[in-house]
Formats: sequence, structure tokens, C-alpha cells
Amino acid sequence: MDITVNILMTIATAATPLLIAAIGELVVERSGVLNLGVEGMMVMGTIGGFGAAYLTGNPWIGLFAGIALGAIFSLLFAVMTLSLATNQVATGLSLTILGLGLSGMMGTNFVGLPGERLPNLYIPVLTDIPVIGRLLFGQDPIFYMSIVLVIAVAWFLFRTRTGLTLRSIGDSHTSAHALGIQVIRYRYLAVVFGGACAGLAGAHLSLVYTPQWVENMTAGRGWIALALVVFASWRPLRVLAGAYIFGAVWIGQLHAQAFGIPVPSQFLSSLPYLATIVVLVLISRNKRLTMMNTPASLGQPFVPDR
Amino acid sequence: MSVQENAVNLLEVRGLTKIFGSLKACDHIDLAIAKGEIHALLGENGAGKSTLVKMLFGSLEPNAGDIFWNGQKVNIANPGAAKKLGIGMVFQHFSLFEALTAAENIALSLDDGAPIGTIAAKARALSYSYGLPLDPESLVGDLSVGERQRIEIIRCLLQTPQLIILDEPTSVLTPQEADKLFETLERLRSEGKSILYISHRLEEVKRMCDRATVLRHGKVVGHCNPREETASSLARMMVGNEVHAVVRQPVEGIDKAQSLLEIVNLSRQPATPFSIPLKNINLSVRAGEVIGIAGVAGNGQGEFFEAVSGEVLQQDAASVRIRGKNAGGLTITGRRLLGAAFVPEERLGHGAAPRMKLSENLLLSRHATDGKMFVGTGGTVNSSSIYSAAQRIIEVMDVRKSAPDPEAAALSGGNLQKFIVGRELDRKPAVMVVNQPTWGVDAGAAAHIRQALIELARSGSAVLVISQDLDELFEISDSIAVMHNGELSRPLPIAEATFEKIGLLMGGAEPGHTEHAAEVA
Repeated sequence: MDITVNILMTIATAATPLLIAAIGELVVERSGVLNLGVEGMMVMGTIGGFGAAYLTGNPWIGLFAGIALGAIFSLLFAVMTLSLATNQVATGLSLTILGLGLSGMMGTNFVGLPGERLPNLYIPVLTDIPVIGRLLFGQDPIFYMSIVLVIAVAWFLFRTRTGLTLRSIGDSHTSAHALGIQVIRYRYLAVVFGGACAGLAGAHLSLVYTPQWVENMTAGRGWIALALVVFASWRPLRVLAGAYIFGAVWIGQLHAQAFGIPVPSQFLSSLPYLATIVVLVLISRNKRLTMMNTPASLGQPFVPDR
Repeated sequence: MSVQENAVNLLEVRGLTKIFGSLKACDHIDLAIAKGEIHALLGENGAGKSTLVKMLFGSLEPNAGDIFWNGQKVNIANPGAAKKLGIGMVFQHFSLFEALTAAENIALSLDDGAPIGTIAAKARALSYSYGLPLDPESLVGDLSVGERQRIEIIRCLLQTPQLIILDEPTSVLTPQEADKLFETLERLRSEGKSILYISHRLEEVKRMCDRATVLRHGKVVGHCNPREETASSLARMMVGNEVHAVVRQPVEGIDKAQSLLEIVNLSRQPATPFSIPLKNINLSVRAGEVIGIAGVAGNGQGEFFEAVSGEVLQQDAASVRIRGKNAGGLTITGRRLLGAAFVPEERLGHGAAPRMKLSENLLLSRHATDGKMFVGTGGTVNSSSIYSAAQRIIEVMDVRKSAPDPEAAALSGGNLQKFIVGRELDRKPAVMVVNQPTWGVDAGAAAHIRQALIELARSGSAVLVISQDLDELFEISDSIAVMHNGELSRPLPIAEATFEKIGLLMGGAEPGHTEHAAEVA
């Protein structure tokens, strides 16, 4: 029984950073901006989280440092693509490269040092409920933040006027501008929110997942988050489903490899990607709904003619 | 300007100017709109109407001039500021979000923060009271153009504006939808609202509008009461009359000349929901003559050019005949090999590959027709003969450039157009079809291109020119036909054609109307 609970908890730990980074990018893309720099912003959150926690000895300060560093880093992207109207794809890619290099440089003295871990929650009575207790009430704090984020973002996008405005900008920034909506301002806020989420996701890696610093520690999770957003056709709850399917298959194949199942390990390692894509493609097979949810102005720079 | 001198005008504009690069889109515009009037803004395409209203709505910033609202000088910095003043706008190119519902679209332009359900109910009630039924839950992407315009109008009315600007509202409507719109506008006027009505359709303006301001080439050329004018006199104000420099010798014995390009019963279904179907077009262009096709943009000219040039093939091979041979089923290259040449409307990306050199662009369009000269044995490209041919074209057409063989995108629009036209003329084609030959080209280069087209015709070729510029067509054409709503009128010989007649045909009036209007006047 304990093993099952442990496995389920590791699934949540594996899924959480993907979920947070993807939900942030979802808001960014819903506003019509394609930020391919998720990996870069995420790794900045990882080094920021580790560094601040190590230097202060307080993992909570590390958490906020990770969020802040991701947000600040995304601001660089926002200034380039929104104010200077540079190509979003190229700028996002260079943000990733810059983030990986910069974090490596910042972290040279941290390699091999023991990090601070954010403690799991313990609520008397509730956490002691068998099985469910630890799963629901004994996780790390970032897990709860991720669930709150998904619900809040879904509510914001589809139940509030501001969310409607954000979606309208993603659908047609020229129409939004014609209505007097401050396109650039909304997009700035969306990009910075996405950066803060990526930073939080990155901090999760060095404060919860494996409390240490290794160069390139995000190991492509930012890219998986980006893919999740697209395959989930920009719907928050589908991103949640996608992240957990990925997490589950990821953990499952690790255990399968450990048991020595006679299947090539390369195939097992590719399973999470395959499973996630297959499931999300099946959910999103309604073409009309997918078309409706795709932000039509995604990736197009907006320059109002004045 | 004599109407209501004493009363304060709702909106007054003095000396409003907007400059794009070297083009004065609006040049010291004066305009006054009284309370409770429908004011028409008339002008050809490119006269500056849309630029003017974009400045009134705050989406463009004027370079000079003042705007007064209820006698107070105002600065309309953005569309939000215009809405606050009480200016509502129904756009020519809709500003709707296709992935959202009608109610969500309406909610986005309201600032009161009411729940979507309340807004939907209000929109439904208002739409039925104006006889413009609307389902607020429907997705905009699923709606017809007329229904989309209803959303725009309802959205505008829910903001309770004092002034409603409608930019070419009927250009996308069926006649029945347009009638409905006119009823709505008259009701709004009776409620004391002012309307600025932009159109080039003279009958509509005469029917509804109390006053009119006429623009031509970015300048106000007159204010009038459209009810006291005839459609012909309005057309004359709109189109203007200017002296031309291009020399056109009258063509003789054209009746006996051979017909080189024949269009026979050409019809085409619309390719997209927004394109125009072609209806049974017949036209014959004979050796030695230039025929012009006039028409307001979006009446099927683009679709017609695609069908004639072979960008889109026809089912009926006999619907396009080049030098007596059926060409309807042939590709562009096939039609070129029959002796035809084509110049499309878009220069970059259509007429020329932007990032390729002029000589490479020359090879791209003429590799089949001039294969012997440009392509050597074994399919190798004969660079030196292509280069010298490109230089010859550059010299003949006086193309101004910064390098010996620059990329197409490095040339100015006018110079690139001279090269593209020259590239085709250099072949001495028997049939030449040109769409918008001088769109966005400065006057000097335009005259050069026009003269070259006339000379090609006089040397025995058939030339067909599609243009929105009436001055141009009158300069170069021997006959002018008008395309309206996918139909082509009978070509009028230039001796019989007048600006009034052509202008009326462009507005959709029947040719018989001209005489009738003249009698009334």
C-alpha cells in the first residue's frame, strides 16, 4: 500500500512542474504571443530557487526568488517582441539559449552542494487518513499552488470579462485595437505571468524534485510544457490531464526499466511522449472546437498603425 | 455649408491632415456634422475617406488639424476616447472575433462589466426592436456577412452613441439587407442621432442623406445637398476631371481587326464565402486596341484576372480563347506559350519573388516562352543572356535602382512595377492582360507604363487593363467596360464614355438610368 502511495506521489511531483509551466504558457498563447523561451525562463527559476534557498537557508525565499527571476527574464522577451516587435519565434529560442547559458554560469559554484527542500505539508488528522490523507494533504506546497493555478486560470479565461478580453486579443489583435483594448498592455501582463509560472515550475525542480543544482537541470521540460499547450488545444483542464498522463507514464516506465522488462529502454523512455500525444490528440479530435480554441493571431507581431 | 449656421455642430473638423510617407492621404479636410442628420462622405477608392474616419475614431493620429465635439476642441487619442465622447463606428472590414459568440463580441466593447447573460438579453431585445434579428449565442465564425454587420450595428447602438460612423456599410450586403439597414438608419435619425455615412453608391446617398462632403485625392472638392444633385453631378464631383499627359492616337479600322483575346460566357463559382462569383462574362479584345475594365474594388476583378491568366483553370476550355485557340484549360505557362502575357495586381510575392534578383525574376516568368534564349543545352541556365535581357528591360523602362541587378524587394514599388511590365512587354506579347497597372505608382512612372501599354496595342497586340483608377482608363482605353458584382457591362467606346456614365455603372445603376437622370436634371 505504501509503495502505491509513494508512486502516486512521485507522479504528482513529476507532473507539477510541467503543469505550472504549461498553464503559464497557455495564458501567454491565449493572448496571441508565442514564447518559445519557456525552457530558458524555467531554468532561471531553477537556479534562482536553488541559489536563494542555499544562500539564505530558507527554501521559501528560494521559491519567491525563482518566481521573480522567471518573471524578470520574461520581461526581456516582452520588451523585445511587444515593444520592439521582433520575431517571436527567434526571440523565444534565443531566450532559451540565453537562459541555459546564464544559469550555468550563475550556478558554477553551486554544483554538488546540498540544497534546501520545501517541506511537505502536514496537517494533523487529515494527513493521517490512510492513503488519501498523504495524497491530498501531505504533498509539497507547490503541488497545491499548481492545482489552484489551473482552476484560477480556467475561471479567469472563461468566466471573467478580463479573461474574455485576453482571449479576444489572441483571436484578433487588430479588432481588439479597433475596440480600444490596450493590446500591448494585456500582452505584457500575460507574458510576465507566463514567466512567473515558468520560474515557479523551475523552482519546483531545485526545491522539491531534486534539491540540488545541475547545469541544464530542466532537461527539456520547458519544451514538453510548450507541446502540452498545443496538444491540449489551449484548454486548462486538458493541460492538467496531459501533464498527469505524462507524469504517470514517465514514472511507470522508470519502474518498468528498474524491473528489467525485456523491452528496449529507448522505447520505454519515449512512451511518455507518445502516450501524451495520443491521448491529447484523441481528446482534441473535434476540429471545429480546436479551431475555436486556437488563438488566431498567435505569433504575429502587433504594430498599430498610427 | 449653409445648413444650420447658428446651431453648434455635433462634430466639426478643421484642416485635418494625415500623411503616409510622401502621400497626403488627407489634406486639410473640413467637415461639419449637425445633430440629427445623415451626412454622406463620398469619394472614389483611395480618396481618403477611410483615413479620415479612422482619425475621427482615434485609430489613426492626424498630422495636423483640429476636431471639435459639441463646439469643444478634443483630442481623440484612441478608440476608447472616441467611444467615451459618444462616437460609434461600424467598420468596413469587420472588427469581430470569429472564435467568440455574438454576445461575447458585444460585451467586449461595453465597459459596464455586466454579465454576458444580461448583455445577450439586451442585445436580443434591441436587435428585434430594430428589426435586425440576432442570436447572441451564435458563433461569429458561422454567420453570414450580413449577420456579422448586424452584430457590429447592435454593438454600436448598445453604446448609445451620438454619432455613428458607417464605413461602406452596403458594400457587403445583399439589396434586401441594405433596405433593412436604411430603415434602421432613418429611425436612428428620427431619434436625434447623427450618422456619417461613407459610400460611393450614389443612389443610396441621394435616397437617405441630408448633406454630403465629397473627397478626391485626399482633398474636399465640395459640400452639397445630395437631394438637389443628380447622380451624374455627384459622380462628376467624385471622379473629377484632369488634364492628361499620355498621348493616345485614335485607332483606325478596329472593326475589321482580328480578335486576339476572347472571353465567352465565363462564369465562376465563388472559391471562398467572401469572393464574388463571375456571371456569364463576354468580352473580345482585338488587335490594336486597349480595353479597360473599371469597377469598385471587390466586384470580381481579382477573380476575373485569375480566370483569364490561368491562375485558376476553367472547366469550359472555350471560355477563354487566346489567338483563336481554346485556353480555358491551360496553365499560365500554357497561355504564355500562346502569346499572352499577364501582370498581376500584387507586385511582391505575385508579380515578382521579393528576395530574388531582377534577372532571376525574368527567368522565372519567361523560362518557357524564351527557353531557347535563356536555357542552354541540358537545361543549364544561360546567365549572361538573361542578365543582358534584364539590363535591356531596365534601360527601356527607365527602372531606377541602386545596384546593377538588385533583389526585387530592394526596388521602390513604382520601379518594380516598371520592371514587371517591361519584362512582359519585352516579349512583344500578342495579348497583354494587366491588373491595376499603376497601383501605388508615382505619376511619372504611371505615365511611362500607360504610354508603353498604348504603344504595345498600336503595334498590333490586344491589351486588357483592369483598374480602379478611372482617370487612367480614360487615358489609355479605346473602350471601357464596367465590372459590377461579378457582371461585366458592354464596353463603351471612349467617344461615348463619360465619367458620369462609367461612374453610374460602377455604382450599380443600369445604363438606361443615365438618360433618365439627365432628363430630370
